[in-house]
Amino acid sequence: MLRHFRPAITALIAFTLLLGLIYPLAITALAAGLAPNGAKGSLVATARGPVGSALIGQNFVRPEYLHPRPSAAGDGYDPTQSGGANLGPLDPKLETRIAASVKALGVAGASVPVDAVTASASGLDPDISPEFARLQIDRIAKARNAAPRAVASLVESHVRGRFLGVIGEPRVNVLETNLALDQRFGPMPR
Amino acid sequence: MTWQGWAEIALTLALAIGLAWPLGWVIAQALEGKPVAGLRSLAPLERGILKGLGPETETEQGWLAYTASLLVFNGLGFLLLFLILIGQGVLPLNPLKLAGLSPDLAFNTAISFVTNTNWQAYSGETALTNLTQMTGLTVQNFMSGATGIVVVGVLARAFRAHRGEALGNFWRDLVRVSLYVLLPLSIVMAIALILQGVPQTLVQRLDLTTLEGAKQTLTLGPIASQEAIKQIGTNGGGFFNANSAHPFENPSPLTNLIAMVAMNALAFGCVIAFGRMAGAKREAAALVVAMGVLLSVAAGLIYVAETSPTPALVHSGLAHAVNLEGKEVRFGTAASAVFAAMTTGASCGATNALMESFTPLGGGVSLFLIQLGEILPGGVGSGLYGIVVMALLAVFVSGLMVGRTPEYLGKKVEAREIKFAMLAVLILPLAILGFTAVAAVLPMALKGLSASGPHGLTEILYAYSSGAGNNGSAFAGLNANTPWWNLTLGIDMMLGRFGYLIPVIALAGAVVQKPRLAQSAGTLRSDTPLFVGLLLGVILILGGLQFFPALALGPLVEHFQMLNALR
Repeated sequence: MLRHFRPAITALIAFTLLLGLIYPLAITALAAGLAPNGAKGSLVATARGPVGSALIGQNFVRPEYLHPRPSAAGDGYDPTQSGGANLGPLDPKLETRIAASVKALGVAGASVPVDAVTASASGLDPDISPEFARLQIDRIAKARNAAPRAVASLVESHVRGRFLGVIGEPRVNVLETNLALDQRFGPMPR
Repeated sequence: MTWQGWAEIALTLALAIGLAWPLGWVIAQALEGKPVAGLRSLAPLERGILKGLGPETETEQGWLAYTASLLVFNGLGFLLLFLILIGQGVLPLNPLKLAGLSPDLAFNTAISFVTNTNWQAYSGETALTNLTQMTGLTVQNFMSGATGIVVVGVLARAFRAHRGEALGNFWRDLVRVSLYVLLPLSIVMAIALILQGVPQTLVQRLDLTTLEGAKQTLTLGPIASQEAIKQIGTNGGGFFNANSAHPFENPSPLTNLIAMVAMNALAFGCVIAFGRMAGAKREAAALVVAMGVLLSVAAGLIYVAETSPTPALVHSGLAHAVNLEGKEVRFGTAASAVFAAMTTGASCGATNALMESFTPLGGGVSLFLIQLGEILPGGVGSGLYGIVVMALLAVFVSGLMVGRTPEYLGKKVEAREIKFAMLAVLILPLAILGFTAVAAVLPMALKGLSASGPHGLTEILYAYSSGAGNNGSAFAGLNANTPWWNLTLGIDMMLGRFGYLIPVIALAGAVVQKPRLAQSAGTLRSDTPLFVGLLLGVILILGGLQFFPALALGPLVEHFQMLNALR
């Protein structure tokens, strides 16, 4: 049995150095050159510093912004507690929550896009469906005192299609669109 | 359902299966000790490591020596990871001053990563330091994957030998598979992920102020390097709690496609490598066809199930909706369904959606894929040895039907081989059903459940299936970080890994000694559609007999409850 220990210990040390330190650190160095912003988390920079990551959703609640999906990560969109609601399909809590979300949207269930009332798996979904974005155009236009058509055309310009026409789903990035709204129509006074 | 959804599912499966041939060549070259094109510059490194490992690397090992090397290496790997996990509080690279894990959680997590399961009872973003993620988890992601792949070499050498003894050398196989297969593929994939926006940094936290003036704390780390081997090695343990649903692990539909192909292509490739090495290319292709057919059917079934609305949606007027609860907008139902099929078909266990919130049939099909023994296409290496065991049982059953001594790849399949094969196969129902039965009546275990009734039973059944199948995905409503769950799932994972692997190597030790027979007119050919059908029959009947009663009480009852609620 002992003759198996020397190679086992040596292999563990060698591979911990190679795969546990050299590999990730070399990739880190490479990433800093290949994609300096992406490697640091795809930060969205503004004049007053970063306002978020383009990949991580945020809990927008003010009427002049696109609102995201319901989130179960912490108190909503908390990246230190990623995760979903973990409710089974027949869980009564799911039924209550969805009914409340539909009511809060103030439109008939038949015209509610499903992503508007369902929580994502990560709790950090940065996107909403184009349908959910369109549903919010009137509210945003009213809050910003802007023409609905102008808001609509800005939203449409932020619709991202499927990769190669079939991979993934069409979507609208909430943070990027909200930043564009502020740039186009001016930030709202607080 | 959309045509784009079906096209995405078809494209994903085609890519994963198609890449098996080039990858199979690479794996076979590595295991044969032959040069891999483009990687000749690694040869000095290989020689250096082997020299450091000592004279044992120059021997030809029989099945006992091979198993001993493998177990000692995995045992010490467990010990090292366990020590890193409980000691991370005093180790460097710990700016958040995180404490070490509790002993039961460290035990569970160390077994989990050494057995290629990657069940996660902890939450990556709050429990682990970057040093633990890199030197602990990432290293075992490589080592457990390589431990699976080396068995491809063992089985191939057993079948091609004529009255032989030697099955290769564990250390040479381990070093060559790590250097020539897993490391280069991981580097390529990590770079692809970085170009798509996956972070790779040593910063762990970043505070910022949002447009609305609220505070948000981003969690970062060396994600891309770990994500790559997590998928390629069919490990599945996410950097974050949300795993491949987390936008930093899987930011776009393209990274999702890469992740799916990565977690299946190498496992299919192991089958092709086996065929190349054992001189049985057509027979290996037949195995790939059988795996591919079942996997594709399962992906389609899950997609159909997930595109129907749940009662909670219908009752609020969303009769038009798909089941998007617990799914990401960028993936939708199609990419979530095919991901679920591929992660449970392979013993990967990464998830890009919540299994807990799948429809009863969507979750049930995924659960059944795990219980079939993770052979569609299974984990790297483990899928190959799982399907070879099934093929042996298939020729045995057909031999009984026609009254001839069965053969597979020129080797007679006799009582000893079938005993080892059954020993391996029976470990799954023993571990899964045994632990489930106990947990279902034990208050200490039931405290962890988040649901009652059939959904609660499915949570238990899924947990022990995932553990013994070395999958690692979960019905995550279950609170599994308690001493009961940590300890029993740890044992469950160990049984499922080594209780399967050791009989398989022993089986190889029996097969290697047999003479290699020439094919005669009476041989049942194992490269025909007839054989594929026979193999599928054996897989489904065996899996069904073992697990249908349990599935009937869980997902099936819940499905009928759902139909009732929809009326």
